[in-house]
Amino acid sequence: MKLAVLSGKGGTGKTTVAVNLALSLAEKGEKVLFLDTDVEEPNAGLYMKPVLEESLPVTIAQPEIDQGNCDYCGECANFCQFNALAVAEGVVLTFPELCHGCGGCVLVCPKEAIQEGKREIGVIEKGWADSIKFWQGRLNIGEPFAVPVTRYLKNGLADVQEDIVIIDAPAGVSCPVIEAVRDSDFALLVTEPTPFGRHDLELALKMVDHLGIPSGVVINRAGKNNDLISELCQERNVPILLEIEFSKLLASLGSIGIPFSRVLPQWQERFWGIYQSIKEGCPCAS
Amino acid sequence: MRIGISAAGKDLDALLDPRFGRCPYFLIVDTETKEFEAVDNPGSTAGGGAGIKAAQAFLRLEAKELVTGQAGPNAFEVLVEGGVKIYQAPQLKISEVIELYKNGDLKETTPAGRGRGAR
Repeated sequence: MKLAVLSGKGGTGKTTVAVNLALSLAEKGEKVLFLDTDVEEPNAGLYMKPVLEESLPVTIAQPEIDQGNCDYCGECANFCQFNALAVAEGVVLTFPELCHGCGGCVLVCPKEAIQEGKREIGVIEKGWADSIKFWQGRLNIGEPFAVPVTRYLKNGLADVQEDIVIIDAPAGVSCPVIEAVRDSDFALLVTEPTPFGRHDLELALKMVDHLGIPSGVVINRAGKNNDLISELCQERNVPILLEIEFSKLLASLGSIGIPFSRVLPQWQERFWGIYQSIKEGCPCAS
Repeated sequence: MRIGISAAGKDLDALLDPRFGRCPYFLIVDTETKEFEAVDNPGSTAGGGAGIKAAQAFLRLEAKELVTGQAGPNAFEVLVEGGVKIYQAPQLKISEVIELYKNGDLKETTPAGRGRGAR
């Protein structure tokens, strides 16, 4: 089962939930693969403390012009939706930061004057956090495109043996999140009982509906304003699977890098419970 | 002299648009006869790389001088490669900008700060 943890709003506790869920399931003997797809700032490792054994470069294609064969017809620049090429008199200029690596310019060039070069934009790192297989992507500083790193990270899923894949998604509902979440069997939406939390949960709900992924909600920092979230969940017919109360103890543990389910066994049971309810309600679960 | 001006409208009464990449029109003007033509700037609707797209289109208009507010670094690179001289002018009516140009009151410009196009 592929289980994506996402939120819309940043800082609601995606990583907290994803990490505690992974640890609780592993503690029950499940084989878990943890995927940190927040490639712009992967931080689940701070809690899971994995030993990373492998580092693989992620590259994207970019045009390399053979100025000798080029007759400056401009087909490439015309084709490029991202304006990563421009043709001036006697020269083709390329703007690698704008290139999405689609390879279209190579195909449309009538003189075959464009080769596909490669540019490294990040890395995939693989290792273990005790019995949990741990993978993360890391985008190089200054690179604008997170999606190719996430895509490369997820390509590896075809060959894995683990029964449960937990995907820690980035914040928001834009392309990198969609890439992280698509093809998941279930989406766990983490939110907080604030107007921002509610607003962005609504966006996240729309997104997973659009992707056709069943979902459930976790309210983090739960307290007296929970109605903000429960009203919306009722309206949208989405189950609230867990409430994590606003607690100084839980926050303190987080602040020193200790996942609270590790030291508070009752939480292990609660996270195990979430998994059970997802399995019962989710036809795709094995 | 045939020059191009980034314009907010389609005639000599329109204001100069200070943005090169996102201006809606290029006004191509013969500074002697005041004859002009307005050309749509395809950069105005580009998702990203607007300056590059605008500069590419501008090169096809065969005006060797451009008067605008600011051109970003990517647009600047394309224009300079294409042999275009770039002059900076304030946000005045196009007819007033032409007078400034003819009197030699405009100075050549350097690229503006890096935009979203090239983070």
